[in-house]
Amino acid sequence: MAREAYITGIGQSEVAIRTTRHPLLLTLDAVREALDEAGLTIDQIDGVATFPGKSSGNLGFSPVGADEVIEALGIKAKWYVGGMEQPAQLASIANAALAVKQGLCRHVICFRTVYEAAAMARPEEYSRPRADVLDGFVQWTVPFWAMSAACWTAQYAMAHVVHYGMTREQLGQVAINGSKNAMLNPRARAITKEALTLDKYMSARMISSPLCLYDCDRFSDCSTVVIVSAGDALDEVKCTPIRIAAMSGSVDRPSWDQVDWPAAYETGADLWRHTDYRPKDVDTVQLYDGFAFLPINWLEALGFCERGEGHRFIEGGTRIALDGELPMNTHGGQLGAGRLHGFGFAHEAVTQLRGLGGARQIAGDPKVAIATSGGGPMAAALLLTRD
Amino acid sequence: MTIKRPRPRLDEENRAFWTGGGEGKLMIAKCGDCGEHTHPPRLLCRHCLSENIAPQPVSGKGKVDTFTVNYQSWAPGMEVPFVIARVRLDDAPGVILTTNIVNCTIDAVHFDDPVQVTFEEQDGIFYPLFEKAD
Repeated sequence: MAREAYITGIGQSEVAIRTTRHPLLLTLDAVREALDEAGLTIDQIDGVATFPGKSSGNLGFSPVGADEVIEALGIKAKWYVGGMEQPAQLASIANAALAVKQGLCRHVICFRTVYEAAAMARPEEYSRPRADVLDGFVQWTVPFWAMSAACWTAQYAMAHVVHYGMTREQLGQVAINGSKNAMLNPRARAITKEALTLDKYMSARMISSPLCLYDCDRFSDCSTVVIVSAGDALDEVKCTPIRIAAMSGSVDRPSWDQVDWPAAYETGADLWRHTDYRPKDVDTVQLYDGFAFLPINWLEALGFCERGEGHRFIEGGTRIALDGELPMNTHGGQLGAGRLHGFGFAHEAVTQLRGLGGARQIAGDPKVAIATSGGGPMAAALLLTRD
Repeated sequence: MTIKRPRPRLDEENRAFWTGGGEGKLMIAKCGDCGEHTHPPRLLCRHCLSENIAPQPVSGKGKVDTFTVNYQSWAPGMEVPFVIARVRLDDAPGVILTTNIVNCTIDAVHFDDPVQVTFEEQDGIFYPLFEKAD
């Protein structure tokens, strides 16, 4: 029988806006918490995986790479990887799973450290991307002032408005649900201070129609760690292991404008080709919401509803609420709990499956969860189970 | 827009696209073997892998595929709101350009509106923008 891969320890630093704590130390905070939970020591870590690696031209986006973590923490790695060209943030966890399944290593630290709020406050220390000459894919959008993924995502969202009748009241349920859940998440205190009402949402200023201010996540500073362990190394671990039952990350064209449907749709369909579980078996979904429209894509892509029906699926918010039939983004998502850039969803899925969600813990002894990351041409999905 | 648009770095692949407007032409890479278009432009055809590919002028007519009204000022001096759109080119099937719809109000833009290219020059770069046609 093939070796299985499990998520064991998870950890997270504080989630802050303009922290002064060094990003490597934030990473250390998250590593320590994950090691403690798993009952592992740093000597037992023999692999490191991250997305997107250190981003030297835009340090706030990713100030810490795999090299630095290996060197600074004294890890003797048998395998490691860091890079942007993989199917979205959670692909680094999928890559770690492949490595432990193959027997290359036993316990892999997967991490994502973001420092975008702090970096903006200290531009002299943390480089920003050059705006004067454009290379690569941004040359096809930025010259037309489509500066942000908000503008790129907004055009997909507008297609849902025009072709499928999505209303702002429906779209708003993503942010409203996120803020409600974030109020029950102690780590979201710096991001969400009061629950968002529909009235407040409806009167918010537009960023790029139909996306308003509350539909866009906010730069945050945080490190999140997930340890991926080999199935035959679980006797070294004290926490409840969560199995990576399936994973997917398809892409057709790495482009934000040449395709009608973002990569999530192929990735979502592909996930079910690797498992006997079906959408009806899923107890909770943690769906990437860097922009509020993206979870609507993911719900459709994963088959919880038909294409063009996602906004109706979440209408009124009861179905995706903590006590609904499919609790979504139970920690608040990125809209409510900070732009942790993908890793927050894996962290929360594991938290819920272990029953450690505290005030936001969902009922019913959840055993099956989905975590996704990405928008546009980026998409990764994990099916996680407590066996 | 009163401020300078961000500028692409010209190279062997993209020069014809960004400078073709100097002769009033919207240039899209087309394969001499299979006849398909490749965008973003490359030195090989993404449909048949042929290197027999070259930028060819297209009519500059297209349809609004989708759009957004951008209200956020992303840089000092940026005048908002304005329309960012994806335009499907009539005679280059499968090619979509992200662009701005100009010379009309933001309320005048709709899906499937016919549009026509118009170029805005800035320091030797000819930005292909679109305006409503008919």
